[in-house]
Order: sequence, then structure tokens, then C-alpha cells
Amino acid sequence: MKENKNSMSLQLQVSDFLPADEAEKQGAVIMRESVSFWEDGFRRLRKNKLAMISLFVIIGILIFAFIIPSFYPYTYEQQIRGSENLGIMEYSEQELARMEVGENVFPHFIGTDSLGRDLMIRIMVGSKISLLVGIIASAIILVIGSTYGAIAGYFGGRVDMMMMRAVDIIYTIPDILIIILLSVTLKFPLQKLADNVQGFAWINTVGVGLISIFIVFSLLYWVGMARIVRSQVLALKEQEYVIAAKALGASDKRIIKNHLLTNSIGTLIVTTTLQIPSSIFTESYLSFLGLGVSAPMPSLGSLASQAIGGITSYPHRLLAPAVMISLIILSFNLLGDGLRDAFDPKLKN
Amino acid sequence: MSRYIIKRVISAIITLFLVATFTFFLMYLVPGGPFLAEKAPSPQTLKALEEKYGLDQPVGIQYANYMKRLLKGDLGTSLKMRGQDVNHIIKTRFPISAKLGLGAVILAIGIGIPMGSIAALNRGKLLDRLIMFFSTLGIAIPGFVVATVLMYFFGVKLRILPTFGLTSPLHYVLPVMALSFYPSAYISRLMRSSMLDVIGQDYMRTAKAKGVAQFKSLFKHALRNAIMPVVTYLGPMLAGILTGSFIVEKIFTIPGLGNQFIGSITDRDYPLIMGTTIFLAFLLIAMNVLVDITYKIIDPRIKLK
Repeated sequence: MKENKNSMSLQLQVSDFLPADEAEKQGAVIMRESVSFWEDGFRRLRKNKLAMISLFVIIGILIFAFIIPSFYPYTYEQQIRGSENLGIMEYSEQELARMEVGENVFPHFIGTDSLGRDLMIRIMVGSKISLLVGIIASAIILVIGSTYGAIAGYFGGRVDMMMMRAVDIIYTIPDILIIILLSVTLKFPLQKLADNVQGFAWINTVGVGLISIFIVFSLLYWVGMARIVRSQVLALKEQEYVIAAKALGASDKRIIKNHLLTNSIGTLIVTTTLQIPSSIFTESYLSFLGLGVSAPMPSLGSLASQAIGGITSYPHRLLAPAVMISLIILSFNLLGDGLRDAFDPKLKN
Repeated sequence: MSRYIIKRVISAIITLFLVATFTFFLMYLVPGGPFLAEKAPSPQTLKALEEKYGLDQPVGIQYANYMKRLLKGDLGTSLKMRGQDVNHIIKTRFPISAKLGLGAVILAIGIGIPMGSIAALNRGKLLDRLIMFFSTLGIAIPGFVVATVLMYFFGVKLRILPTFGLTSPLHYVLPVMALSFYPSAYISRLMRSSMLDVIGQDYMRTAKAKGVAQFKSLFKHALRNAIMPVVTYLGPMLAGILTGSFIVEKIFTIPGLGNQFIGSITDRDYPLIMGTTIFLAFLLIAMNVLVDITYKIIDPRIKLK
């Protein structure tokens, strides 16, 4: 180029017409590397310190609740005679005697209850039950709510109006009252079903209380999800790719499943994550009233409820499950907020 | 406006009808009827009882009778508390719960609105972080834990407040605090975000440019607009305080309707459960309609459909 002193002159150089080499090509690219939806979201999530801490706390709780109990030396229903009502890190006389002989006795980190059951393992199993309730209930809500909302939003018009009117009515039903009512009444028919009809014996292992909680959640709690998904679908169905899919002859089911729901995945993740703590909250409330999981299976709510009678002598028995519930709810809430900011900024407010 | 009110009232009536129907059929599902929990009555007594309560008739007729009685406002008779009808029980118990609930509503609003506003005005500063920290905790801790911890701390450890019954004004302090814990935390958060929203609006800058005193602009312009989302929360808040009262009344042994309701669940006193459910559902639904209508009246920006 140096020889070309006058830019107006037409002295053409052969070198100007050579194909560009690799380095020059790279320099001309003004686009940054394409980032997928997930990479983009996780990049934003990683920047959110509070959400990342919550994520690690949740992972820790999951290990605590699901993995440690399988090799813990005590079980949640094991009643150790002579070790009733131990305090934090206390040993009973028998255990002290065994330690004298040189035996290894695993400590009761937060003591035992009035039946001599190790409280630590009960908290772990309680967390497991509470988490399972939260996750399964949220999964049920996700499936029902998103299908219902997507159908209403996609078909629109009269179908939409009818379906959303039903949602409006369910929305105004006082949910806790119906939950209490259902838990009270469903116990008998479910018990009968489990005892008399073959193939339903699993109800007994899961527990009638838990099943009624799930039934209630699937009857009433999906309406919030349905509303959110519907509004997403209403916006998405006007997009060109939906028209393209229609023109190519895709069925309604395929469009809803592969295009509309897939494209609202951010909303679905966020709403489900935020649903988990609220389900756990409700479960602990019901267990506290004696309507949740059935004994001897512990949930965090029922552990707290049992501890209330002895609050003056053993406050730590209430404190331990209470701290656990609060930690779970808090970390899921914060993670949910972080996920919303990362994957679905539109949903804010 | 009147069209909106009529629409809202009709849908409320439908909801209430659904709840009543649902309640009836759920109770019908319980095998052996409501006498199952009784100490195995002899066949003759059972028959006499069933005749007395009309339980020997087909479902359809039972349902019609039940609905007819409901329309007259008759909620039936309690099984466990001999001779007492549900209406009477509700009449004597409900005022106690209502007083507690009202106290909690006032306290929650009285704490939540100023806290949220202070947090918003001090955005990012220590005070804001402190308020947000406590309100985040308030949302994560279940109500029964709050109630027990309050009772343990103030009643058992410090011995400065009574923890049992409801005989003097001092007795109200702990239960009302326990009930208003969650809603005041929620209102603080709600108020903070809506206040932040309002402060950034153009009319706030206009007020400042005109030279309106800061105090006046905050109260006249900001607070009035920022309070709107709190009004929408009133309905859910009432529902929350109501369900919270079940456990708070149980923990503090208060003879209110909530405690009664929990008792009737443990006793399996079906007519009482049914009656209380329908009464509380009616209360909540009516309150929600009222809140919705008020909201539309005070906020002219919302279009009436």
C-alpha cells in the first residue's frame, strides 16, 4: 500500500487482490462467539454472588439429606434404650460404659428425642421428606400448569376464556381450608384403597398424608403456573417460527411441545424453583397441624411440632428443624430470584 | 363500575357454591358418615342418629337439604359439643379471632410501610441492607417457629409477657406479633420495590423542580402512589393471617375460632369442620371482592372492564 501515495490514483496493485489470509479474516469478524441460551444464563448466574452461595447451600443440603443418611450409623426409627432425652453431644451411661471398654460410639451431635432416637438422622430424613414433597409437588404443578396454560394461550378465543375463567375461580378458593379439608377426608378412602385394592399397596409406604398433600397441590396450586405460562405463550405464538412450523404442517401438539413450551423454558425453570419453597412451607404447616406425613416418618414440620411440648427443657429440638426449614426456604428463594434475573429478566416484578 | 362489581360478586358466589359443594361431597366420602369416630354406637343408635340428621336419605336429597339450610344461614349442629349449633360456636369464638387478626393487620401495615419506605429512601446503605435482611428472614421462617420462639423468649426466659389465654391487653402482644411477622416482612419488601419505582418517576422530579418540600413530596406524591401494590396484597394477607391464626391460637391457647377449628379436626367433628370451612371461605371471598373493588376505585389508572 505504501507505493500508493495518492489514493485518488488508479495504480492498482496485484497484492490488493490476493485472497485474505486466516488472520485477516479473523480480524474482520465483528461478532463475538455465539453464546447459547444456557451459557448466557449461567454466565449471568455466576455473577450473582447470593444466588451462587444459595446454590452451594442447596447442594450441601441435598448431600446432607440424601447421601449421608445411607451410611449414618443410626436410623431415623431406631430407638436406643437408655439414651432418651440426651442433650447436645451427650452420651448415655451405657454408651459411656461401652466407651470405657474401648468401643467406638458414634456421638449424638444434637442429642436424642424422648424415645431415644438420634436427632441428627431424624433431621436429615426430615429434610429429605420435606425436599421430596417440595420437588414432587412442584413437578406436578409444572406439568399440569404448563400444559393447561399453554393450551389456553395457544388456542385463544373462546377456549382461552372458558379455561381462564375456571382458573380465576380456583384462584379465589381459599386453598389452605381446602387442603385441611382434603387431608382430613382423604385419609379414609386412600387407606381403604391401599388395603383392599391390589396394586395400591404403595400408598401405605408413601403414607396417606403425603398422598393427600400431592393430590391437593395438583388440584389447586397449578393455577399460578398456568397463568404465567399462558401469558408467555400468548406472546410467543405470534412469532415467525410458529407460523413457519404451521406452514410446514406441524400439529398443534407438536407446536406447543416443541416450540412454545421449549421457548418459555426460562419462565418454567424460575417458576418451578420458586414453587419448591412454597410447597415446603405448606407441607411444614400441615405437618405442624398433624395432617402431613405419618409417624414414624419425620418431616421438618412434624419434628418442630413434636418439639414444642418440651420447648422449656429442650429448645434445641425445635431450633434444629426450624433452622433447617428456614435455610431450605431461604436458599431456594434466593436461587429462584437469581435464576429469574439470569434466565428471564422480563419476569421481574 | 357497577358492571365490574356485579361480575365480581357473581363469580364470588360461584366460588362459594363450589366450595360448599366440594365440602359436602368430601364429607360424604368419609365412610360410615360423621359417626365413624364415635365410640362404636349400637346399630339402633346409629340408625336413630342417621334418621335424626337425615343421613339415611339418598345423596341428592341430602345435598339439597344441606344447600337449603346453608342458604338460610344454618350451618348445622356440632357432634362433639352436645346441643351446640355451629352458628353459636362461630358467634362466640369468631370475635376473639377477629380482634387478634385486626391487631395483626394494623401492626403489619404499621411496620411494613414505614420500613419499606425507609429502605427505599436509603437504597444501598446500611439501613436498607439491615431492613432487607430482616424482611428476607421474616419470609423464610415458618409462622409456628416464630410463635414458639417468641413465647419461649418473652414468656419463659424473660417472663415479661403472658403466654396463655387472652384476658388482658398485655396478652395480645405476643400472638399479634407472631401473626404479623410474615405480612410485615412481605409488605416491607413490596413497599421498598414500589417506592423505588415511584421515586424514579418523572412527576417526582417535577415536584422537586417546582420546589415542593421534600417531606411534602414524599408524603403527597411518593407514598400515595407507592402504596398501591400493598392494597392488592391485603386479600392474600387476610388469608395468611387467618391460616396463621390456626397455629398461633393453638400455641398460645387462645379460645378463638382457629383453635376451635384445629380442635374439630383432631376430634373429627365433621359438621363443625364443614361449618367453619364454609364460614371462613365466605369471609375470605367476601374480603377479596371488597379489596378488589376498593382497589379499582382508588386507582383510576386501572381500566374497568
